[in-house]
Amino acid sequence: MDLSFSEEDLAFQAEVREFFKTRLPEDIKDRCDRGLHFTKEGQERWQKILNENGWMAPNWPVEYGGTGWTTTQKYIFAQEMGNASAPAPMPFGVSMVGPVIYTFGSQEQKDYYLPRILKSDDWWCQGYSEPGSGSDLASLQTKAVRDGDDYVVNGQKIWTSHAQYANMMFCLVRTDPNAKAQEGISFLLIDMNTPGITLKPIIGLDKEHTLNEVFFDDVRVPVKNRVGEENKGWTYAKFLLGNERTSIARVAQSKRKIAKLRQIAKNEHVNGGRLEEDRDFMRKLNQIEVDLMAIEYTELRMLSMIENGKKLSAEPSLLKIKGTEIQQRLTDLLVESLGMYGLPYEPQRDYSGSNEAPIGPEYATGPMAEHLYLKAASIYGGSNEIQRNIISKMVLGL
Amino acid sequence: MDFELSEEQSLLKDSVDRFVQDNYAPEMRAKLVETDLGFSRDHWKTMAELGWLGMPFSEDVGGFGGGAVETMIMMESMGKGLVLEPFFTTVILGGGLVAEAGSADQIEAIIPSVIEGNTMLAFAYAERQSRFNLSDVETTAEKSGDGYSLNGHKAVVYHGATADKIIVSARTSGEARDESGISLFIVDKDASGLEVQGYRTVDGQRAAEVTLDNVAGELLGEEGKAFPIIDKVVDAAIGALCAEAVGAMAEANEITNEYLKTRKQFGIPIGKFQVLQHRMVDMYMEAEQSKSMSDMVAMKLDLGYSDDTRKAVSATKAQIGKAAKFIGQQSVQLHGGMGMTDEYSIGHYFKRLSTLEMLFGNTDHHLSKFSSLS
Repeated sequence: MDLSFSEEDLAFQAEVREFFKTRLPEDIKDRCDRGLHFTKEGQERWQKILNENGWMAPNWPVEYGGTGWTTTQKYIFAQEMGNASAPAPMPFGVSMVGPVIYTFGSQEQKDYYLPRILKSDDWWCQGYSEPGSGSDLASLQTKAVRDGDDYVVNGQKIWTSHAQYANMMFCLVRTDPNAKAQEGISFLLIDMNTPGITLKPIIGLDKEHTLNEVFFDDVRVPVKNRVGEENKGWTYAKFLLGNERTSIARVAQSKRKIAKLRQIAKNEHVNGGRLEEDRDFMRKLNQIEVDLMAIEYTELRMLSMIENGKKLSAEPSLLKIKGTEIQQRLTDLLVESLGMYGLPYEPQRDYSGSNEAPIGPEYATGPMAEHLYLKAASIYGGSNEIQRNIISKMVLGL
Repeated sequence: MDFELSEEQSLLKDSVDRFVQDNYAPEMRAKLVETDLGFSRDHWKTMAELGWLGMPFSEDVGGFGGGAVETMIMMESMGKGLVLEPFFTTVILGGGLVAEAGSADQIEAIIPSVIEGNTMLAFAYAERQSRFNLSDVETTAEKSGDGYSLNGHKAVVYHGATADKIIVSARTSGEARDESGISLFIVDKDASGLEVQGYRTVDGQRAAEVTLDNVAGELLGEEGKAFPIIDKVVDAAIGALCAEAVGAMAEANEITNEYLKTRKQFGIPIGKFQVLQHRMVDMYMEAEQSKSMSDMVAMKLDLGYSDDTRKAVSATKAQIGKAAKFIGQQSVQLHGGMGMTDEYSIGHYFKRLSTLEMLFGNTDHHLSKFSSLS
């Protein structure tokens, strides 16, 4: 057991820190720091900078463009990324469909899609949930019927994040309506520009357009766009969700928010003093910091287990539950820290180049928008209640 | 960065696990609790023979030179069986103070005897008014001839009545709660003027009230400069207690989870009810996070003692205090009526876990301390 960093680790840390300091564009950093939504242009610009340095997909095997870093190096990279307020690459390509393709895909799929993910040539979205299939995902009804070299897809997906930017979707469809729920599902890669696909935006409670409904009306998808075997899609979908959970705790980002809260607490006034002297407020902040340490070292312990060849079952669900709870407590406390200035809400208003000053203190723009948006964190990726069901069954055997 | 045990460490863990399995079945422990002593001298001899009592001491006094990680491994395994022998008070706390503060002669006089199992130690630090503040010391020590004369009262001294030597914190100068002016003394169990009133504690262990009326004490370390040493040894001791709690929580969860699978109501195992499943998952998550913190703090203690270590110790005690209360209380709740009995083991885990939350500062205390170090 050893918690220390080697000389090489420290040199690596310095290199990564310097990279984020010199290469992260200021406008992208500012949006990320405030918890505002990225712009598609900014996100792509940043991903290309990461990829130029070979750092787009640290978790991938080296042969497909991964970095071959040790667990410690991956941890350092994630920490420095959070400290620098650098946005992570969009997860749908790099963290979700990428690993499914290099694990289960054909050679042709690997050769074509993996480089395009690294170069940000494709923008992926996730076609999982349907109006009648949320937590009970395996009940999904969107059907794909074989017709020559194509599948003909009909049905509807919902809650599809950022689909308005996407040119590709990885999609779960029912290919065998007579099989048991989990056994008739296939995993398709669908070009979003195919005729028959229509999008309808869903405006979120944060007043933003993140979510969409996606309708399929006789959409023809080549059979060669199926990943792995027909009717085995549920296996790949579960693999993907498991992968997603190990990165979902977002510890470094939460650490950055704690630093931001301490900064705000120095500036905000209360009863003639500063918020940082308010015991009730600071106690909540300190409790979150302790809880964050607990999840940070749990993540490290699990990564260490994986690196030492131990197989985890549903343990990473713990990271999802506790990580998202902390994210939500932090945005809640950020809003609280602003007092009345948590209330002005015009997330899309741009004051740059205008004579008008933004409302309230400079740091007041952002926290409420993120607080509202992150209500989704305990719902997406399998709700926290579903995660508890999974741990109960897989780990506790109940 | 690596959380895996080395081969030697795995063997140590297996050895303590086996001892617990062989000697600490609930009915065996219940018998020991009821004896006058409250633990077994035979077990103590076994621990000496296995080399456990020398684990943290340096090799030149006959120890094994183990670090905080080795202590963590042993305490966690002992926690699973709620082991009663005074390993913690003698080896970690008393032994730690002697090794840290003592002169070469004092170390030579005491530590080898501890390692052989012939000397038991206790640390008398708390007082009626002190609560968890280690510098709130009103017991006094005045120079008297070649030595010192101690006067005052020490509260809830774990294993004070069975200790051969009691290490006492006393004020040689300064005002109440000053960190400077505190000294450590070795007091022999037979010293005249020493009154030790032993009693049982809620966790099945033993403690004592210690009254000092012109008792002769031998200075341990420098006069007036003991506080930083006490602070450091207590932080290492907190790490050890946290590991014990991690073992006890893992076992309490194991017992409770098993109960959920076997106890039937409405015709099915109660573990099929989602409300109980989610409660059990919350208990599991608290235990896992506590284990991560306990591992982390052991590794940090082995890297050296700094403000970062102090902060990590308080964060760990705060997490584990919260978890210990939650798991202890919910374990009883999920057992229903069975949880209320003295006979069934789960209540004993609840009581020891509640004690561990309190010892050397409860959750509130350590959250405040964490905050003051931030």
